[in-house]
Amino acid sequence: MNRLARFSAVLLGVLVAAVVLVPALAATDPLAIGDVLATRLVPPASSDALGRFHLLGTDRFGRDLFVRMMLAGRISLAVGVAGSVLAGAVGTVVGASAAWRGGVVDRLAMGVSDALLSIPRLILLLLCAALWQPGAATVLVVLGATGWMGVARLVRGEVLGVRAQPYVSAAEALGARSSRVLWRHVVPNALGPAIVATTLGVGNAILLESGLSFLGLGIQPPAPSWGNMIAGGRDLIVTAPWVAIAPGVALIVTVLACTLLGDSLRDRLAGERPRDLAERV
Amino acid sequence: MRRLAAAFVLLWLVVTLTFVLVRLAPGDAAALLVPPTATPEDAARLRAELALDAPIAVQYAKWMGGLLRGDLGESFTQRRPVTRVLREALPVSLGLGVSSLVLTFVVGVAIGTLQATRRGTVVDPALTFATTAIYAAPSYWLALSLIAVFTYGATVWGLPPALRLPAFGIRDPAGVETGWSALVDVVRHAVLPVTVLAAVGAAGIARYARSTVADLAGAEWVRTARAKGLPSRAVYGRHVLANALPPLVVLLALSLPGVVAGSVFVESVFAWPGMGRAMVTAISARDYPVVMGATVLYAALVILANLAADLVLPLIDPRRDA
Repeated sequence: MNRLARFSAVLLGVLVAAVVLVPALAATDPLAIGDVLATRLVPPASSDALGRFHLLGTDRFGRDLFVRMMLAGRISLAVGVAGSVLAGAVGTVVGASAAWRGGVVDRLAMGVSDALLSIPRLILLLLCAALWQPGAATVLVVLGATGWMGVARLVRGEVLGVRAQPYVSAAEALGARSSRVLWRHVVPNALGPAIVATTLGVGNAILLESGLSFLGLGIQPPAPSWGNMIAGGRDLIVTAPWVAIAPGVALIVTVLACTLLGDSLRDRLAGERPRDLAERV
Repeated sequence: MRRLAAAFVLLWLVVTLTFVLVRLAPGDAAALLVPPTATPEDAARLRAELALDAPIAVQYAKWMGGLLRGDLGESFTQRRPVTRVLREALPVSLGLGVSSLVLTFVVGVAIGTLQATRRGTVVDPALTFATTAIYAAPSYWLALSLIAVFTYGATVWGLPPALRLPAFGIRDPAGVETGWSALVDVVRHAVLPVTVLAAVGAAGIARYARSTVADLAGAEWVRTARAKGLPSRAVYGRHVLANALPPLVVLLALSLPGVVAGSVFVESVFAWPGMGRAMVTAISARDYPVVMGATVLYAALVILANLAADLVLPLIDPRRDA
């Protein structure tokens, strides 16, 4: 692992610890709205009229931005990681089944995957997110539903390669059931690229969640997410720029760390290959 | 010919999937469209009027039939043909997409080449870090930051008028409609949105260009070119970039739909009346025909770009004969 990747790993570790600990230990409730007039829009590193210190200042309702950002980080990180893993899992199942069964199953799965890949992921995401009730669960499902196609193609290719290996024939000759051969012998050996793609997908998933939340189609206030916090600071960008800037910086640092880590993982597992050009939010 | 047929099959699949997705969704469009004082009978009448009460197979047949005739139905909320809504919005998004793609390409290739030629110096990792950071930034956040600096900051700090850029809309509502000054006005309105899209895009292209150029710089014919004493400029211009550009051009064609889709956020922040804003507005109003029409149009762009890339690549890169 190179130095940048190691630094990213440490940074993500600290971030995870912070998002777990800070809201739990904080003296202020990041959701409660108290004396708004005395506490609203306090600049970073200063105290409000009640004498409470705010590291990153407060928002328009007097809520501490640092604690809110850490609480938002819980949601953003959890949704990003879970969304990417869900997409990876769905992709693995679809890709492996398609390659193993072949025939109509294969053609149908690849047809649906091609069709979904023809709609820009962001548009597909908007379409799905808007049709169902917005919220963390919807975002999660939608990230899974719109992100599996790339992994499915990777796994399908790998499974087709692995099934020609002698140990697969050996397992079949020993009389193992077809499904057991697939899941015990073939899939574990075809997972490498899928793991890389899933890791690289985390940063993108976090960005997509934030984008949906920014548009009001993702995590709903008062629950904080980095995206809806930036949306909340949108009209304050002149009078109180810190409200929108702080969550944006958190987002950039997190996604940057995920990308650098994923890049290094790919270089190790797959050798240096041309970088993908995913859609950006 | 086979590719064209495959493209049409794909488009049909997209159209069908979109229809299924939209009709699977819970929630009743008619209930959202009627005013809160309306009676259930009013809602039922509207449902009948919009043909939302017909069996799903009938609705599908109507939608496919209309599509074949180039008719995407009528917008629920605007009460005018979806094709007209999209025809007004598409040029805005395409203009935004194409101009930022051109900028993306020039800046991205320049940065990537610079990095590849400076491997082993501090320039390369510094630029990698910078491009990855910009690539990690959400475009709507970059847009807000630029507005803070160039719209409000420029006024407060007294920057020259050329740097005071408008942040909202596509033209000055008080300005003239035609002629030079109108064009200048539109260009000034376009500076910030195009910059945001191009910055994110260039960061991505630079990441790609760097590895492509670096790979090619290690090729044998490049070593030969160096060995025969060609100056570095000629080696890179004639031997490295000439080979690196075809895949990058194709990549660019392939990323056009992505950029058009990515402009959803930029259009939303800068209030540009493009496809993205039409889509977001239609989604919150449950204006199904516009949502479906826009989705199909986006997909058609992707399929078209893929087809074009397939056809163009053998022309600009003779090694890839189809």
